Amino acid sequence: MIRSSFFFLALCASQLHAQDDLLGLLGEEETGPEYTTASFKATRVVNGLSLENTAHGVLDFRISHRFGYLSAGREQFWGLDQAFIRLGLDYGITDRLMVGLGRSSFQKTVDGFAKYKILRQCDAGCSMPITLSFAAGSSITTLPANQVPWYAEGETDYFTNRMGYYFQVIAGRKFNESFSLQLMPGVVHRNLVASTQERNDVINLGGAGRYKLSKRLAVNAEYYYVFPDQLGPAPGVADGKYRNSLSMGLDIETGGHVFQLHCTNSFAMYERGFITETTGDWANGDISFGFNISRVFTVHTPKKPVE
Amino acid sequence: MKPTNLFILALALAPLALSAQERFATRNGHIAFHSSTPIENIDADNRKVTCVWDATTGAMEFAALIKAFEFEKALMQEHFNENYMESNTYPKATFKGKLSGVTADELHAAGTYVVTVAGDLTIHGVTKAVSLPGKVVVDAAGVVKATSEFIVKPEDYDIKIPGMVRKQIAETIKVTVDLSLDRM
Repeated sequence: MIRSSFFFLALCASQLHAQDDLLGLLGEEETGPEYTTASFKATRVVNGLSLENTAHGVLDFRISHRFGYLSAGREQFWGLDQAFIRLGLDYGITDRLMVGLGRSSFQKTVDGFAKYKILRQCDAGCSMPITLSFAAGSSITTLPANQVPWYAEGETDYFTNRMGYYFQVIAGRKFNESFSLQLMPGVVHRNLVASTQERNDVINLGGAGRYKLSKRLAVNAEYYYVFPDQLGPAPGVADGKYRNSLSMGLDIETGGHVFQLHCTNSFAMYERGFITETTGDWANGDISFGFNISRVFTVHTPKKPVE
Repeated sequence: MKPTNLFILALALAPLALSAQERFATRNGHIAFHSSTPIENIDADNRKVTCVWDATTGAMEFAALIKAFEFEKALMQEHFNENYMESNTYPKATFKGKLSGVTADELHAAGTYVVTVAGDLTIHGVTKAVSLPGKVVVDAAGVVKATSEFIVKPEDYDIKIPGMVRKQIAETIKVTVDLSLDRM
């Protein structure tokens, strides 16, 4: 009899044990889709756009700097005597739509763009494996007419002749915590080009990746391949050839800043410039040291959905 | 059956008889934290905290999804998840323990009870035994509310804060819990 009582006690104990997982009583949690964040540390890989957008209500002030080429030698202090700068402001209108404006000293160009995230990679709650954005932008040089490089002698200085456009698809994936990769097929349209050997529409394919070395340190690389026979002779270059833009860099993140240090063969920091007008040759030591500094300001706090 | 045996049997069955338990739960509890330094104040809110409390046994459990903490600044939220809480590796903060200081019967009448919640708090994959002060309030309409305010040190949970931002993030973080519990 005693034994059976103990049996009951044991039964009761197991009954109590079954209640250990109280939260289990609530059943499965219903969570909305959870989108992947921080595929890249900044909205630019080096020169070109990354998978990341400026968040809703956030203003990003960007200062980008490129020194001259290392190959300029001792006289030019290996390029450090010379510098190109782009000052830019980006703003997140929504979490998916961002716009930006910039002014570069390279060909004294003003550029603007908009970028929209069409697909968003998802960690949980949905099954989207990639992020896909579409970007479109325009650039206008403000150089005096006699200095615009693609103007022939006596070219009529129509405003539209100063303009160029680009359209780009940015598709990529954050494969794991450290590694992200993206492909950027695009076209650069130039309203006016220097010669008949040049195409107005330049089809190109970019590729970029990042690898995180630590929580606050990442290496980036970016390459823009321009399909052959689209660009004409490059003025002031020994073999007269334009080069593909290749950049490698290091992202360092502090609290509100991201510092991007890199080496690139492009001076321009807007698409028309670095995709179609890069003349530097890495093999020749035409490597420019540069940096981007990004400082974000929350200017508008989006209303949280009321529950 | 001998009376003593009957007694043992009754004792053994008692918990079963009580299985019509007084359980309370919520899916949208509120946990907020506040870090204050002379340079910057940081606030975050999570309004999707789940909690189940068995008032009969006192057993209490919490789960808070780290990604559900919302910050005023988007970049802070990203850093919170990426750099500090590593929410992809440790998606949840949990608590499992016991609430003492109020009995299930007392909850049928309006009143305020000072309680203690003791158990295991797991944050960032690190579990610590804690004992936290709290309050259970039953209002005239019979709604049961539970609140608590306590201090958490990131260091205790192996959350590393680099020198660079040391001045912006406090060494002790004030956490407030505010739950409105429904009878299950």
